[in-house]
Amino acid sequence: MRTKIVLLAATFVALKGLTASAAIGPPGEWQHWQAEVEINNLASRQRGARNFVAYCSGCHSVKYLRYSRLGTDLGIPTEQLEQFLLPPGAKASDYMATPMPKADAEAWFGTAPPDLSLITRSKGADYVYRFLKTFYVDPDKPSGVNNLALDSTAMPHVLSSLQGLQTAVLRNEEQPSEGGKPVTVRAWEKFQLDVPGTLTPAEYDKFVGDLVNFLQYAGEPVQVKRQALGIWVVLFLLVFTVLAYFLKREYWRDVR
Amino acid sequence: MSDHAAHPPADHLVGSLVADESKIDLDRRKYLTAATTAIGAVGVGFMLTPFVKSWLPSERARAAGAPAVVDVSKMEAGQMITADWRLQPIYIVRRTPEMLALLTKHDAELKDPSSTESVQPQYADNVPRSRRDDLLVLIGICTHLGCLPKQHFAPGDALLGADWPGGFFCPCHGSKFDLSGRVFKGSPASVNLVVPPYAFENKDTLVIGVDSVDSSKGVA
Amino acid sequence: MATAADSATPKGEARTSKGLMGWIDERLPVSSFVHDHLTGYYAPKNFNFWYYFGSLALLVFVLQIFTGIFLTMHYKPGATTAFDSVEYIMREVEYGWLIRYLHSTGASAFFIVVYLHMSRAFLYGSYKRPRELLWLIGMLIYLALMAEAFMGYVLPWGNMSFWGAQVIVNLFGTIPVVGPGLVEWIRGDYGIADATLNRFFSFHVVAIPFALAMLIVLHLAALHTTGSNNPDGIEIKKKKDKNGIPLDGVPFHPYYTVKDIVAVGVFLTLFAIVVFFVPTLGGLFLEHANFEPANALSTPEHIAPVWYFTAFYAILRAVPDQRMGALLMLLAVVSFFFMPWLDRAKNNSMRYRGVLSKAHLGLFFITFLVLSYLGLQPAEGLYVLLARIFTALYFAYFLLLPFISKADGNGPVPERVTYHAH
Repeated sequence: MRTKIVLLAATFVALKGLTASAAIGPPGEWQHWQAEVEINNLASRQRGARNFVAYCSGCHSVKYLRYSRLGTDLGIPTEQLEQFLLPPGAKASDYMATPMPKADAEAWFGTAPPDLSLITRSKGADYVYRFLKTFYVDPDKPSGVNNLALDSTAMPHVLSSLQGLQTAVLRNEEQPSEGGKPVTVRAWEKFQLDVPGTLTPAEYDKFVGDLVNFLQYAGEPVQVKRQALGIWVVLFLLVFTVLAYFLKREYWRDVR
Repeated sequence: MSDHAAHPPADHLVGSLVADESKIDLDRRKYLTAATTAIGAVGVGFMLTPFVKSWLPSERARAAGAPAVVDVSKMEAGQMITADWRLQPIYIVRRTPEMLALLTKHDAELKDPSSTESVQPQYADNVPRSRRDDLLVLIGICTHLGCLPKQHFAPGDALLGADWPGGFFCPCHGSKFDLSGRVFKGSPASVNLVVPPYAFENKDTLVIGVDSVDSSKGVA
Repeated sequence: MATAADSATPKGEARTSKGLMGWIDERLPVSSFVHDHLTGYYAPKNFNFWYYFGSLALLVFVLQIFTGIFLTMHYKPGATTAFDSVEYIMREVEYGWLIRYLHSTGASAFFIVVYLHMSRAFLYGSYKRPRELLWLIGMLIYLALMAEAFMGYVLPWGNMSFWGAQVIVNLFGTIPVVGPGLVEWIRGDYGIADATLNRFFSFHVVAIPFALAMLIVLHLAALHTTGSNNPDGIEIKKKKDKNGIPLDGVPFHPYYTVKDIVAVGVFLTLFAIVVFFVPTLGGLFLEHANFEPANALSTPEHIAPVWYFTAFYAILRAVPDQRMGALLMLLAVVSFFFMPWLDRAKNNSMRYRGVLSKAHLGLFFITFLVLSYLGLQPAEGLYVLLARIFTALYFAYFLLLPFISKADGNGPVPERVTYHAH
C-alpha cells in the first residue's frame, strides 16, 4: 500500500512538470506574507549564506555564483570563506555546486532539486519566503509534509528540526463565484505548532528572512553596486540636460 | 487651439530667423556651446568606459588563470616538464650541478648575460634566473615571434655544434637560449626568455603565478 | 593640393571651401550634404513635443546596435549554452550587467518612442499626400522592428523565450495548405529547438539590423524630399521669401540639433532611472518566467508576449478560432498601411478638424492602450468580453475613418504656422 502511494505521488510529481500553473494549497492570509529583503544588510546576507551552505546545499546548487564572489560582495574574509562555506576539496573560485547527483535525485524525489541561482528573480522573494514557512504535516504525502505555496512539493521539510512541525488549521469559507451564488471553500486559518523545533517562531522567521535575503543577493549580485552607480549617472544627466536647455533657449531667441 | 498670432514684419527676418546679428549675444552662445560640448564629451567618455572594460578578462578567465600548482617531487635530474598557466606553456627543468657549472662560462656569447633587459621577478635576477638553483621555471614562448623552443640539454649537440653548452633551440627561426633561458648572440630573438612569478608552497610543490603562497587557494 | 580657389566648378557653383575640406569635397560631396540636409535644410519652426521622437528613435537604434555588438562578444547561441552565457554576462563580464540592461531597456524604449512617433503622424496627418511613401517605409521599419524584437527575445532561451516562440511560430500553421510544412521549415526541427535559436540569432544580429539601417536611410531620404509636416498641417514651402527660404522654416542645424539634444538629455535621464533602479520594471521589460531556462515540458503560468506586442496579442485571442484570430491580428497590423488613403480629409492636422474626428482618434488611442493592457491579462472572465469589444472598436476606427475624415476635416486652416517665441 505504501509503495502504491509513493509511486502515485512520484507520478503526480513527475506530471507536475506538464501543468501550466503551480498549484497552491488552501487560500488564506499566508498568501499576503512578504519577505522583508534588506539589500544593504550584509550581516543578514552573511548568515543566509552560512545557513544555505549548512541546510540547503546538500541538494540545491547555486551554480552561477562563485564562493569568491560571495566573499567579496558580502565582506567575508577568505579564511572564514574556507572555514564555513567551502565544501572540502573546493577552491574559492568554484561555483556553488551540490553533491546531489541529478539522476539519483530524480529517482528519489521525482524531480531534481532545482538550482536556486535565480529563484527570487523568477518566482519572487515573497514566494521563497512563503515556501519556507508553510510546510505542514500531511500523512498522505510520501515525505509526511505538504506545502501551501507549492502544493504536493517533492521537497521534504529539511528545516523541521529548526521550525518544528505544524498542522494547517482549515475552516470553511464562503467565497463569491462566477455564477453569483457564493460557494464554500476550505481556507487556511492558521498554523498550529505540534512539535516545537530548536528555534522559536520569531527566530525561525528571522532565519528564513536571512536565507531569502541571501538568495535575493544570489539572483543579482551586482544589485547594490548598480543602484549606487545609478545615482551618479542620473545626477550627471540632469546637469547635462539643464545645460543643454540653456543652450537651446539661447539659440531659439533668434526665432520669431 | 488655433492661435492666429500676428507675425512680425518680414523685412528684418531671414525666413523665421532674426537677421540682425547685433541682437545675438555671440559670447554667451560660444560659452554655452563650449560648456555643453565639454560636459557632453565627458559623458561620452563615461559611457564608453563600461564597454571598454567589458573587454578585460572576465571572472571566468581570471579563475582559469588562477595560480597553477605543480608537484615537482618526481622530477629526475636533467628532466623537463611542461605545465600550463594562463594559457601559456611553463617549462620546468631540474638542472644538474654540471648544467649549473656551465652557466657562467659563456657570457661573451650572450646578448644579455645579466638579464638587464629581460622580464623576470626580483628573485630570478641572478645567473641561474631562479629561486632555487636546481629548478628552472620559464615561460616556454620564444621572445622572437612566439614559437615554443625545444629542449637541447646535451652539451656538444650534433645540430648545434661542439661548443653548445646545453639549452633551448627554437625551430621556427633558429633562436638559441642557455639553461637559464638567456638568449645567445646570432639569434633573431633579442631578449631572454621570460620568468613568470612563482613560489614554493613546500619542497615539492611549485605554485606558478604568485610571488608568495599566502593566498594560493585559487582566489580569482 | 594647390588648386585655384573659388573657381567655378563644372556645376556652375563657386566652391566655397579650400584646403582639406576642398580636397574631400572634390571627391565626396560632404559639404554640400551638410548644407542640403542640415544647415540649409529648413524645418517648420513650430515643432512641438510630438516631434522629438524621430531623432530619439535614431538614438535608440544606435544604442541597440552598439550594446548588441558588445553582447554578441560574450553571448553563445545554442540551446545548451545561451541561458548560461547570459548569466555569465550578468555576473562575470566587467559591466556585462550594464550592457545587458541597456539592451533590454532599449528594446522597450524603442517601442515607446516609435509608438509616440507614430502617434504624431495620426495627430497631424503626416502620412497624407505627398508623404505616403514616407509613411509606408515607416511601416516597414515597424514590421522589421517587431521581427527584430521577437527574435531578440528568444535568444536568452528562457522559458518565456521558448514558449513565446512556440506560440508565434505555430501561428504560421494556420495558413491553409502550406501551414504545417511552413512551421517545420521555420523551426528547422520538429519543435522549437537549437536550430530555431541559431537562425533567429543570425537574423537578429545580421540580417534585420542591416535591413533596418537601409530602411532608416530611405525613411530620412523620403522625409527630406518632401520636407516635414508640422502641427498645423500646412506646407511651409508654399510661402517662401525672395531667396527661396520658407518663411516659417528654420535651418535644422543649429536650431533642431540644439533642441533635440535637450530631448536626448531628458530621455537618457528617464532611461537611466529604469536601467539602474528598475531594469525589469516589475516584469514588464524583463519577464519573470524568463529567469528560468527553457523547458519544453513546463509552460509558464500565463504566456504573454512583451508589452509592446500585447495589443495585437489581445486581438489574436479575442477570436475563439485560431486561424481567424491570426488573420485578424495580421489585418490589425496591415490596416496601418492604408492610412494615407483611408484618411480623406482635406486638412492634415487634427487641430483643424472637428470634434468628431478628434473623438474618433482619441478613442483609437484609448483602444490601443486598453488592448495592450488586456493582452497582458489572462484570457478569462470579464477580460474576454472586453477584448472582443475593443477589437471591434479597433477595426471600427479604420472602417469609419474614410467617412468621418471626409465629413469633418475640411475647415479653414491658417496661412502661416502658429508659433510662440520660446
